[in-house]
Amino acid sequence: MKPAPFQYHAANSAADAAQLLGDLGDDAKLISGGQSLAPMLAMRLVRFDHLVDISRVADLRGIDRNNGTLIVQAATPDVLVERSDVVVASVPLLTKVTPLIGHFQIRNRGTIGGSIAHADPAAEYPAVAVALGAQMECLSVRGTRMIDAADYFVGIWSTSMESDELLKAIHFPVWSGRVGFGVAEFARRHGDFAIAGAVAAVELDSGNVISRCSIAMFGVSGQPERALSAESHLLGSSVGEISPEEVGRLAIADVESPSDDANMPATYRMSVAASTVATAWTNALTEAHHG
Amino acid sequence: MADTTVGIPTVSVTVNGVLRRGTPEPRKTLADFLRDDCELTGTHLGCEHGVCGACTIFMDGEAVRSCLVFAVQAEGADITTIEGLSAPDGTLSVVQKAMNEAHGLQCGFCTPGFVVSITALLRDNPDPSDEEIRQGLSGNLCRCTGYQGIIKAVKIAAGQSVDANGKAH
Ligand SMILES: Cc1cc2nc3c(=O)[nH]c(=O)nc-3n(C[C@H](O)[C@H](O)[C@H](O)COP(=O)(O)OP(=O)(O)OC[C@H]3O[C@@H](n4cnc5c(N)ncnc54)[C@H](O)[C@@H]3O)c2cc1C
Ligand code: FES
Ligand code: FES
Repeated sequence: MKPAPFQYHAANSAADAAQLLGDLGDDAKLISGGQSLAPMLAMRLVRFDHLVDISRVADLRGIDRNNGTLIVQAATPDVLVERSDVVVASVPLLTKVTPLIGHFQIRNRGTIGGSIAHADPAAEYPAVAVALGAQMECLSVRGTRMIDAADYFVGIWSTSMESDELLKAIHFPVWSGRVGFGVAEFARRHGDFAIAGAVAAVELDSGNVISRCSIAMFGVSGQPERALSAESHLLGSSVGEISPEEVGRLAIADVESPSDDANMPATYRMSVAASTVATAWTNALTEAHHG
Repeated sequence: MADTTVGIPTVSVTVNGVLRRGTPEPRKTLADFLRDDCELTGTHLGCEHGVCGACTIFMDGEAVRSCLVFAVQAEGADITTIEGLSAPDGTLSVVQKAMNEAHGLQCGFCTPGFVVSITALLRDNPDPSDEEIRQGLSGNLCRCTGYQGIIKAVKIAAGQSVDANGKAH
């Protein structure tokens, strides 16, 4: 269980990290919190000639509210997201999901950008990014570009970033008004990756009509899945018109290729997913009502 | 920061108040650096991939897996290992005493990681509920005790009264 040899480069800034990635080419990999990469290196599932460390890069850490957007720098550790007053006031869904990520020892080092760039299908942060329509700010020697969350996650552990690009920051839209957020997941033990889970966001108008909503599932397929047809049914309906169970059924109907393996047949995983959608949706509605 | 150029960087870390320097290979984990180079073998390695928690240490005040940090990444860090939790004269810490009292260990392999995690847990939440204790311990595995003694130890260390079954009154 020892990683293969590599050369170590501690980046001084985001630009320095991008330069190192550009210069070193495909044999280089970023290391942020190391909570996914270090195990994969130890098990020799992957090996790289060069690791570029961004865990101490000051301009890759920090949380800022800019009008209607919350900007979280990629190498901000989960624990700072969990404890941030700005986050809970702006994008409380992040505050709700963070305690579900692994254990506190993992969240002390793991970073939000690492989780999103790693793109594990069962991870919580990617689902939040997809549900809220976050924008990924990506940096390379060629410049900066924004990628919409809907176009970012392309499959298990893969994103639409190029290998010389780094995720610089994640821009989350702030929902305000009569809004509520919910998360639910089912895992064998607290801190394990979920078998399936869901996040939900809702905005109600003064007449308790659903004026905006979003639901995303995780763990159900190769990438987070937005429940678009469930959302279109809900939009414009009154609270309670469509039952949470029906929302769950509609949501899983959108999943084209559910994960299917010997331990967890697709039918079982989908029924877990439907029930987590129902719970997350109910929680979101309750919060919007009483928020 | 460690040297960014090719070659083997020099690392200086403070471990239990003592400055340690070394030139570990970049692939050497902080856990192996502590055990092999600093000869502090209280930090145990079970899984070496982040799951078991036996290697948990304090790094800059927070409990982390030392098997998931490379020693070169710890340049300038302030580390506390299990050896640094008892007093210099060997007097056990509150958590260590409670583990002893509650039979929170059998073979002891997992114990250093548990003691570090419990110390961090109680620092951040001095009076945890049953649920919070269980969640707080979920990142540490024990193959011997069945956990009840460990949970009882957390309660004792937190100053909560417990009966013989570890239930709070
Ligand atoms: C025991 C255990 C339990 C866990 N449970 C959960 C869980 O329940 N839910 C969950 O979501 N996660 C879980 N994780 C994973 C954890 O959240 C990781 O922290 C996260 O997946 C990766 O973040 P990191 O900062 O550690 O990234 P690293 O491990 O450093 O990197 C992961 C990958 O992302 C790339 N990368 C990192 N940062 C960037 C960047 N800024 N730009 C481009 N690429 C980048 C790296 O090159 C690497 O390929 C668990 C981990 C462990 C060890
Ligand atoms: S040895 Fe580090 S978590 Fe198991
Ligand atoms: S006491 Fe043996 S593993 Fe915990």
